[in-house]
Amino acid sequence: MVSEYKVDGPFLGALKRDLLLSYRRKSDLVNPLIFFLMVATLFPLGVSPDPGFLADVAPGVVWVAALLATLLSMDSLFRSDFEDGTLEQMLLSPQPLYMVVLAKVLAHWMLTGLPLTLLAPLLGVMLFLPADGMSGLVISLLLGTPTLSLVGAIGAALTVGLRKGGVLISLLVLPLYIPVLIFGSAAVQGAVTGLPLGGYFAILGAMLSLGLVMAPLAIGAALRISVSG
Amino acid sequence: MADKKWMPRWFYQLASPRWCYDITGKLLPIFAIAAVVMLVAGAVWALVFAPADYQQGNSFRIIYIHVPASILAQSCYMLMAVAGAIGLIWKMKVADMVAKSCAPIGATIAILSLATGAIWGKPTWGSWWVWDARLTSMLILFFLYLGIIALNSAIENAQTAAQSTAVLALVGLVNIPIIKYSVDWWNTLHQPATFTLTERPAMPSEMWVPLLVMVIGFYCFFAVAMMLRLRNEIIQRERRSSWVRDLITG
Repeated sequence: MVSEYKVDGPFLGALKRDLLLSYRRKSDLVNPLIFFLMVATLFPLGVSPDPGFLADVAPGVVWVAALLATLLSMDSLFRSDFEDGTLEQMLLSPQPLYMVVLAKVLAHWMLTGLPLTLLAPLLGVMLFLPADGMSGLVISLLLGTPTLSLVGAIGAALTVGLRKGGVLISLLVLPLYIPVLIFGSAAVQGAVTGLPLGGYFAILGAMLSLGLVMAPLAIGAALRISVSG
Repeated sequence: MADKKWMPRWFYQLASPRWCYDITGKLLPIFAIAAVVMLVAGAVWALVFAPADYQQGNSFRIIYIHVPASILAQSCYMLMAVAGAIGLIWKMKVADMVAKSCAPIGATIAILSLATGAIWGKPTWGSWWVWDARLTSMLILFFLYLGIIALNSAIENAQTAAQSTAVLALVGLVNIPIIKYSVDWWNTLHQPATFTLTERPAMPSEMWVPLLVMVIGFYCFFAVAMMLRLRNEIIQRERRSSWVRDLITG
C-alpha cells in the first residue's frame, strides 16, 4: 500500500522553491553578507584600530554584526509571498503548516546564516581574533544563527501584514536575540581564553532545539493572524 | 449542556464586557481604598519604623519600593501572556482587553524597578548601572513591553492587534524564568531573591512584614490601574452598543 501522505513532501517542496527563488535574485543573497563585512569594518574605524583592543572585542563585534545582518534580511522572508498571494495558498493548503514554515526558515538560514558563518573566520582575521578562537566562533555561529532565523521569523510573520514592518521587527525581535548573543559571544571568549566550551554549546543547542520545536508553531499562528487581519 | 456548577457564576460572566464593566465599577473603590491604606501604612512603617540594615544602613530602605515593583513587573507580564492566550484560544474579548491594558502599566512598573535599582546600586555598588544578569534581563523585560506596545499600536484592526500581541507575549514568556533564576544561575553582584513563598525570610520580621504590606499594596494599586484602563478600553471598544450609549447619555 502506498501512503498518499508524506510529511517531507511539503517540506522539500517549499525548501526547493525558496532556494530557487533566491538563486534567481542574487542581490538579495549577497546584501546581508556585504552588510556583515561593512559593520565589522566600521568598528576599527570608529572605535580603535589597535590590534590588542580589536582582539578583545572581536567575538562581540562578529556576533553583533551577524545578528544585525540576519535581522536585515528578515523582513523579506514572507513579504513577497504575502504580496503575490502565495502565502494565503500555503495557509489554505492541507499540508502541515509547521513543515512549510520550517522549510522556509531553513531556506532563509541556508542563504544568510550559513554564508555568514563561513565568512566569519575572515572577519575574525580582520579583527585580530586569536587563532584559538576561530573554532569557537564558527561552531557558536553554526549553532546560534539558526535560532536567530527561527526567532526572527516570528517577528517577520507578525509584521508581514503591515506596510512598514522593518523597524518594528527589530524592536520585537532584538530583545529575544539577547540570550543567543550572550552565550554565542561568551563561547568565542571562552575559546580564546582556553576554557571548556561544552557548556556554551549545550546551551546554544538547547535554545536551537527549543526554537525548532516551538518557533514554527508561533510563526504559523502569527501568519494566520496577519493574513486574516 | 455541560454541567458547569463547579464554576462560580461570576467567573464566566466576566467574559461579558458589560458585566465586567459593572463588576469592576463595584470593585474599584474597594481596591483603591486598600491600595491607599496599604501603601501609606507600609511606606510609613518601612521608611520610619523598620530597623536600619546592619551593613547597608538606611540605604536599604529602597527595597520597600524596588522589590514590590520588580515582582509586580513580572507578574504583570505573566497576566498579559495568560490573558493573551485566553483571548487567542477562546476568542474572548475581555481577555484581549485585559492583555492590552497590561502592557503600558507593566512598562511603567518596569521603569520604576530599574530606576529604584539604579538608585540603590549607587550607594551599595558604587555605580548606577552594572551589566549583571538580573539587571539586564529586567531591561529586556522592559524592551519586550515596548515591543508589545509598538506592535499593538502599529496594527489598526483591534482583533488582529490583540491576537498578534498575544503571540508575541507568549514568545516573550521565555524571558520570565531567565529573570527569576538569573541570580541563582549566574553568580553576579545582585543579591539573591529577598522573598520566597516556601521559606522563612532571613531578615527579622520587623523588616519583612512592612515589605509584605508594600507588595500587597502594589498589587492593589495594580488592580486599580488595571481596572481603570480596562473600563476605558471596554467603553471604547463597545462604543456602538446600546448600553454604552445609555451610560453616556445617562
